[in-house]
Amino acid sequence: MEVTKQFKKANVSDSSKVKQAQEIYVASQWQLIWRRFRRHRLAIAGGIVVIIFYIVALFAEFIAPGVPTKYDVKYNYVPPTRIHFTSEDGFSLRPFVYGYRREIDKETLRRTYVPDRTSKHHIHFLVRGEKYKFWGLWEADLHLFGIKDSGAPFFLLGTDRMGRDLLTRIIYGTRISMSIGLVGVISSFVLGVLIGGLSGYKGGIVDTGIQRLIEFVRSMPTIPLWMALSAALPPHWPPLRVYFGITIILSLIGWTSLARVVRSKFLSLREEDFVTAARLDGCKEARIIVRHMLPSFTSHMIAAMTLAIPDMVLAETSLSFLGLGLRPPVVSWGVLLQDAQNVRTVAHSPWLLFPGLAVVLTVLSFNFLGDGLRDAADPYAR
Amino acid sequence: MATFVGKRLLLMLPTLILISLVSFVIIQLPPGDFLTSYITQLSQSGEVVDEAMIAALQKRYGLDRPWYAQYWLWMSRVVRGDFGQSFEWEQPVNQLIWERLGLTVAISAATLVFTWIVSFTIGFYSATHQYSIGDYFFTFLGFMGLATPSFLLALVLMWIALRYFGLSVGGLFSPDYAQAPWSFAKCVDLIKHLAIPMVVIGAAGTAGSIRILRANLLDELQKPYVQTARTKGVPEFRLILKYPVRIALIPFASTVGWSLPLLVSGETITAVVLNLPTTGPLLLGALRSQDMYLAGTLVMFLSSLTVLGTLLSDILLAWLDPRIRYD
Repeated sequence: MEVTKQFKKANVSDSSKVKQAQEIYVASQWQLIWRRFRRHRLAIAGGIVVIIFYIVALFAEFIAPGVPTKYDVKYNYVPPTRIHFTSEDGFSLRPFVYGYRREIDKETLRRTYVPDRTSKHHIHFLVRGEKYKFWGLWEADLHLFGIKDSGAPFFLLGTDRMGRDLLTRIIYGTRISMSIGLVGVISSFVLGVLIGGLSGYKGGIVDTGIQRLIEFVRSMPTIPLWMALSAALPPHWPPLRVYFGITIILSLIGWTSLARVVRSKFLSLREEDFVTAARLDGCKEARIIVRHMLPSFTSHMIAAMTLAIPDMVLAETSLSFLGLGLRPPVVSWGVLLQDAQNVRTVAHSPWLLFPGLAVVLTVLSFNFLGDGLRDAADPYAR
Repeated sequence: MATFVGKRLLLMLPTLILISLVSFVIIQLPPGDFLTSYITQLSQSGEVVDEAMIAALQKRYGLDRPWYAQYWLWMSRVVRGDFGQSFEWEQPVNQLIWERLGLTVAISAATLVFTWIVSFTIGFYSATHQYSIGDYFFTFLGFMGLATPSFLLALVLMWIALRYFGLSVGGLFSPDYAQAPWSFAKCVDLIKHLAIPMVVIGAAGTAGSIRILRANLLDELQKPYVQTARTKGVPEFRLILKYPVRIALIPFASTVGWSLPLLVSGETITAVVLNLPTTGPLLLGALRSQDMYLAGTLVMFLSSLTVLGTLLSDILLAWLDPRIRYD
């Protein structure tokens, strides 16, 4: 009895194993990649954070509780507002914030803000507030969350020197900071595939020359070079042009890592039988490259691109922080961090460092996601 | 070995020429030539523009000639140690850069040594205690180090020092020594101030090195020769130190090549935040005021430094790793 049970059990697990093996056998390459990627928990978490950040970037106007240009010098350097659930009236499920009373220290003449217990504002979902133009197209005033009295202070992450809401500005900054990484990576991708592909496909003297060039670019200290190049952007350029100028400067140096991946893949694929077969069939070179070689390392390219994005984000932040990248009124995380340049200011209002937290979180998530993708890119490796 | 070094030196020459070309491009980049901006600057501050001086400057820099002629003129002066004039400081670039370059080299070297010591200790620990709490902790710290921009780390450290210890960190010298000539006491003062810049600049590099050392050591530890030595009764600690560590250390020498540009990059921006009297703030100031001869020269020297460092690391590697052939 016992034996048959065990036998049955073994049989069941065997058949499920066989089924699994069959599934793997017939699965497409992308299914295999997905299977392997799923096992990398940190990569999944990183991917989710990245997706959330891009959603925030896409719907910044709606998600932000205010508009980034609204300022009120009455409320400059206000510390982050605390969200309360309990008051003297007892517990309320709907969170609320208190208003502020400004007090001036008689000795140091420094302003402090104390919560004003008499004015209480509940936080609601989907409130009508400041007017904005969604994607610059439609007028709207609906915000994801906020308080109903739009005149009252509502600064969840505090305010800056001009009394602008930091949370709103960080959310708007997401749009620039996250997209500059994407645009930069796409333009370095074009450069990398062209140059790396040429290098790997042609081989010989072309390859040697391009390898020397890559070594040269990689041996240059990037930040001084970026600084010098972006300082040359004319100061009278409109923000959009500066934005593209900066991305091009970033990708002028960032293409090398992608070019290396492409080259090494080309070198190993060039000798494969299917490439020889295609050549014997009379395929043109362009067709061999695009139709037969590129698809077999698309996954590697995606992984390499994901790992290249955080470098771009960091570079933009550093340049804007130094005042050589994007400039106000453009809002990016680096531009926001410019306000925190002085350590005395930071000591009085440490919340000005919050944009930095966004940067760290983004870079961390992209690194985890990229690591997972790189491991999954070749699902046949053990 | 001598031929190897000689060959590498020869290979370095085209790289240096490329660097000089890039630097020259940087000098030429701002719209209009620097002379026009110099003239506008002079007339804005109400000074009389001397026609004869302008003409002399124009001739000296060959501004009326094509770019390759200008490059040749500039290069031939650079080789003789004349890097042009800084219009902002009204001094030859030559006089401005040496002390700052020296400090940059000193800080970068100190940071490199710091990076090595810390990443060796942590990498060794992480590999021998794989998947322990300490390993996870350091892995997490390493990821954070890679993800935090150096200027942000500098700001946070400065803020913590000011907020909780009442210390004002920044700079490389105490006020007493800032202007003093070099002496033993000044060196001691410098070393005391080095800690924070070292941690900040080294953070990213250390994180990378830890990961490399850990991965390499883990690979080595699984090899059969380690098993053999263990079965023969070699004490564990001696066993690890004697063979696998020596092999896992090789990347330390070989990665100097890419860690040096990283260090100099980090140094540039950290120096601005921490207000260090090195090349970083000088470069930033020069770029802001379009003082292009100064900026170009600085970029040229910083790049040459990393190339030189890579050369040194290649020689070190050839000497350390018997598998590398010289010819």
